[in-house]
Amino acid sequence: MNPNYLWLIPVLPFAGFLINGTLGRKLARPAVAGIALLFTAIPALLVAWLWSTMLSTGALTMSVTSRSWITVPGFHVNFAFAVDHLTLIMLAVVTGVGFLIHIYSAGYMAHEEGYWRFFAYLNLFMFFMLVLVLAANFLLLFVGWEGVGLASYLLIGFYFTKDSAANAGKKAFVVNRIGDFGFLLAMFLIIAHFGSLSFGDVFAAVNAHPAWQGGFLTAIALLLLVGAAGKSAQLPLYVWLPDAMEGPTPVSALIHAATMVTAGVYMVCRTHVIFDRSPLALSVVAIIGAATAIFAATIGMVQHDIKRVLAYSTVSQLGYMFLGCGVAAYSAAVFHLMTHAFFKALLFLAAGSVIHALSGEQDMRLMGGLKKRIPVTYWTMTAGVIAIAGIPPLAGFFSKDEILYRTFAFEANPMLGKLLWAVGLLTAGLTSFYMFRLWYKTFAGEERFDEAHLGQAHAVVHADEHPAGHDEGQDTSHQGHHGVHESPWIMLAPLCILALLSIIGGWIGIPQALGGSNHFEHFLDPVFAATTHAENAVNADQVSHSMELVLAAVSVLVALIGWFVARIFYLKKPGTLGARFGNSALYKLVANKYWVDEAYDATIVQPTVIGSRILLWGFVENVLVNGSGFVSAAITRLFASVTRKMQSGNIRSYAGWLAVGAAIILIAMTASALHIH
Amino acid sequence: MVPIAYYLILAAVLFSIGIGSFLIKRNIITIFMSIELMLNAVNLTFVAFAHQWKLIHGQIFVFFVMVVAAAEAAVGLAIIIAIFRTRQTLNVDNINLMKN
Repeated sequence: MNPNYLWLIPVLPFAGFLINGTLGRKLARPAVAGIALLFTAIPALLVAWLWSTMLSTGALTMSVTSRSWITVPGFHVNFAFAVDHLTLIMLAVVTGVGFLIHIYSAGYMAHEEGYWRFFAYLNLFMFFMLVLVLAANFLLLFVGWEGVGLASYLLIGFYFTKDSAANAGKKAFVVNRIGDFGFLLAMFLIIAHFGSLSFGDVFAAVNAHPAWQGGFLTAIALLLLVGAAGKSAQLPLYVWLPDAMEGPTPVSALIHAATMVTAGVYMVCRTHVIFDRSPLALSVVAIIGAATAIFAATIGMVQHDIKRVLAYSTVSQLGYMFLGCGVAAYSAAVFHLMTHAFFKALLFLAAGSVIHALSGEQDMRLMGGLKKRIPVTYWTMTAGVIAIAGIPPLAGFFSKDEILYRTFAFEANPMLGKLLWAVGLLTAGLTSFYMFRLWYKTFAGEERFDEAHLGQAHAVVHADEHPAGHDEGQDTSHQGHHGVHESPWIMLAPLCILALLSIIGGWIGIPQALGGSNHFEHFLDPVFAATTHAENAVNADQVSHSMELVLAAVSVLVALIGWFVARIFYLKKPGTLGARFGNSALYKLVANKYWVDEAYDATIVQPTVIGSRILLWGFVENVLVNGSGFVSAAITRLFASVTRKMQSGNIRSYAGWLAVGAAIILIAMTASALHIH
Repeated sequence: MVPIAYYLILAAVLFSIGIGSFLIKRNIITIFMSIELMLNAVNLTFVAFAHQWKLIHGQIFVFFVMVVAAAEAAVGLAIIIAIFRTRQTLNVDNINLMKN
């Protein structure tokens, strides 16, 4: 494949964005969806072509560079794309899952106002995400990084007439800015120390100096981590992701589960050469990952909104990926990134299908007994739940277990490794618990929704949720469905494909201990070679295959315990858990999300608002800005009141001024002439 | 040969008469004539210096001034006729629509 075709991969979705963004308002809905799908399908085919090239030759590295983008003495940056095996996996996930979600959206959004706007934004997101994963230098990566943030903002606030959606969009944007600030500082440090932002130059320089350990590399790594924590919703910057659920469900699936939020993990993996030189930074990554994983999992246990459970679950799973990165198990982290993209996209889309079936209801307390009513959604979601719970042989088991095993075997700091492993294991149990809780509350038990009033509820909920989307066409089309209804096939087909991927997706990474050969890790060897080989050698000595089997058995056991606990409390004896703990302080603490939002509001938001009001509005705006305006206006007016007298409107006075002017010029010239001689 | 000072004094006198009547007179046509008087006073100095320094530039300049003065007279008189037709007066003190 000609490397120049790489430009097409991101540019085509951008073309789709331009067409739909400018002409979409006038086009028919099928045309809008067709354009968006076409400009997503072609990049997916190009990626498939890349994969076929890779499979036929066994390995693939490819790069393409434009002419100079920024050139100043001593520093220059190009538009440059590079493809290696890590990029190939990301490209496959982004274009593949992205394409499926585009198909789903064509059905899900069918009755919404702003159809063209939605698809234009979605294509814009694809463009920036592909730039992000293809970028061959930090600056271009940053362009994609900011761009996906923009697309995320636009799509979270898609129902912009609703205050909570507009605020959620703002919150996501502002919190991400904090992370981006760290990323920017990291780039400045890189420029200062390496004089280049190209991945190749920087990593080659690091590799060429084995003596560089810690020091400024730690600073760069920690600042990059701040950026990654913002984008990937890690502690302490995770607060935007649960609120981002205000966006349409396909957006939650594509941006806030499968692709954009994994950009932080991708970035850490991409810059692993820097992280490898800083044990401190790696430990921080691992600790933040593990802490986020368990923190978000506990909150996820008590949420009632089906999408919020999934949102906290996403934060928690991203924590696993960071944990994997932090113990230098980058390929395991990327493996989990990929399987997570499959099963979490599936879960979100299935949740969207449930919400669609209940005409907009998101509260699990008002669901239940949907198993028979929407069987396809039920079965596909079951695959997703089992996959994320970590029960073999579905995808989530292999990737999560790989991370846990590598954490346990973390040789740089065995004590920390064991501790984080225990946290990860506990999180696995909690994950299983809250996912099966969601599953039972949604599909099992009695029907807690009021079917007779569902049409009304639909009208109320939809009107409440997105007033702009409640047009005449929507009403008539929904009157055809009476009560609960299965989604159309355009939505179910992507669900089935993702369910299949969630089931078999993990088989490419079966570890040797379980009789596989871990193709996935070998596939990523060219990228992570130096790290993984050293790690493997140590692991072989430290932890035998039998140990790995024991650990796998333990984590499966924990997942099953989580399942059975959920089964007891949400299927056999529903309500007992709430009756027992509903009023306890611990429950309230967790149900209120540890009051993190309130704490941020009190310590950061309110002081900023008050400071702005007193200092910026009271002093800078009113005194400095307005004051200088008033003073200059007064001076001008004073001057004008004098000079206005010259403009009397009387012709003879003009003649007089003319004569005076001529006389002054004459005198001045005479005087200067006399002075010179 | 007449000394150059005589020419210059004559020109200054003519120019002063011109500027004096330009400021004092109220009739537009008289003001117009006084402008012509000032132009011709200047022309006289040009010609005088051209003769004094034996340079052709001054004389060429005079032709330019005369062309401009002719054009100005044509346009100016047309304006004056238009003013008279609309306002029935040539007194500049009454032509003060712009005042206040």
